Amino acid sequence: MPTLRIPSALRSYINGQTEVPVSGTTVEQAIQSLMTQFPVLRPHLTNRAGQLRPFVNLFLGQDNIKDLKGLDTPLEPDDILLLVPSVAGG
Amino acid sequence: MLPELSREEILRYSRHLLIPEVGLDGQRKLKASSALIIGTGGLGSPVALYLAAAGVGHIGLVDYDVVDQSNLQRQIVHGTGMVGRLKVDSARTRLLDLNPAIQVDAFNEPFTSANAMKIAEPFDVIIDCTDNFPTRYLTNDLCVLTGKPNIYGAVYRFEGQASVFYAREGPCYRCLFPEPPPPGLVPSCADAGVLGILPGTIGTIQATEAIKFLLGIGTSLVGRLLLYNALDMSFEYVKLKKNPQCKVCGPYPEVTALIDYNEFCGVPGLDHDEGSAGREWDITPRELFAQLQSGKPLRLIDVREPHELAISHIYGAENFPLGLLAAHMNELDSAQEIVLFCKSGMRSRRALELLISAGFRKVKNLRGGINAWAKEVDGSLPLY
Repeated sequence: MPTLRIPSALRSYINGQTEVPVSGTTVEQAIQSLMTQFPVLRPHLTNRAGQLRPFVNLFLGQDNIKDLKGLDTPLEPDDILLLVPSVAGG
Repeated sequence: MLPELSREEILRYSRHLLIPEVGLDGQRKLKASSALIIGTGGLGSPVALYLAAAGVGHIGLVDYDVVDQSNLQRQIVHGTGMVGRLKVDSARTRLLDLNPAIQVDAFNEPFTSANAMKIAEPFDVIIDCTDNFPTRYLTNDLCVLTGKPNIYGAVYRFEGQASVFYAREGPCYRCLFPEPPPPGLVPSCADAGVLGILPGTIGTIQATEAIKFLLGIGTSLVGRLLLYNALDMSFEYVKLKKNPQCKVCGPYPEVTALIDYNEFCGVPGLDHDEGSAGREWDITPRELFAQLQSGKPLRLIDVREPHELAISHIYGAENFPLGLLAAHMNELDSAQEIVLFCKSGMRSRRALELLISAGFRKVKNLRGGINAWAKEVDGSLPLY
């Protein structure tokens, strides 16, 4: 099962977990799986059309999924997806 | 022609002169170079101190805030004796004590589209040490439009990011984040907290990248984003690529001059921490006190995190942390008067928006949060 790593900015929405196992063989299915488990995350991640919001980036290994096949990027069961949010603190 | 070093400077910088990658010529380069630091807070403190100590000859500091007691846990350029003083004056005094031979220019003003070009013009590198999205996008666009490197750092609780956005050689900040999140979606350090050492770590990385750029040595963070986690003590890198659709550094830019960044980010302006949801949705601490005294039935909802209740609380308030509010909305009655509050009014403003979008109308935001309540109603509560 692929894993989604969640930054601390979003952890209060998922009971403080740092990683969430997700189902699916594509990034889109993985994101849907995460949002099904935690519907409160939906407005943070996708717009109404189901596209990733412009302030959210997902990395598979070192690569942004935007530089791969976007939401269609295939996932292996042991893949780890890293969610990188915009933060402004300084 | 690079400036010469005095005998005193040769002694002061001797540990640099011993490194072949710096040496006498490198130190002279630093003396001739300049850096503008936007923000003299958590990130700006270590950046300013290390660049001054390293002998960067001309440092600019931009900030319009004053030193507050709650800054001192992480903003190490300021001291207790400087509380209440302008941050740029406090920092300038400290930097010139550390290194009297450098020039430090203090800009005690907000960094805006109106003054950014003029302020930044003389500086070789721009270092983004701000705490808000409008200034981050302004800094990015300024750097793209002027061809200067943007040495970026940002922090949240135990996690930090750093990169060098230099559009001549790689992606810019907008390539990674084309648009900011809606106001309030990402809590600020003032609301969410930050480990005091974290901006020290990230700021020190920014200072390192600035020095490397000015010396022309090493491999920079251009095209890479560093992700640091203090709890795991992990450093990871991800690759950043230029976005061909980037509105400022792409081949067909839409942004060719600085814009209104408060409007772009959907924030009302410099009162970003005021904690107001707009007059019609606000209730002041005194108004709330009067309503409670009159026995008016209302539900007082505290949307802070549970661990914050140990710092201060208002009698009778129920705790629904913002992150869990959506899941508990069915426990609230839209026919009943509801007053939401948090520390300063920012998170409760977000909670208010959430409830309004769900159809609630009899809902108010305690303007300025429990800190305003402590100032205006219950002086026994501590400010934090």
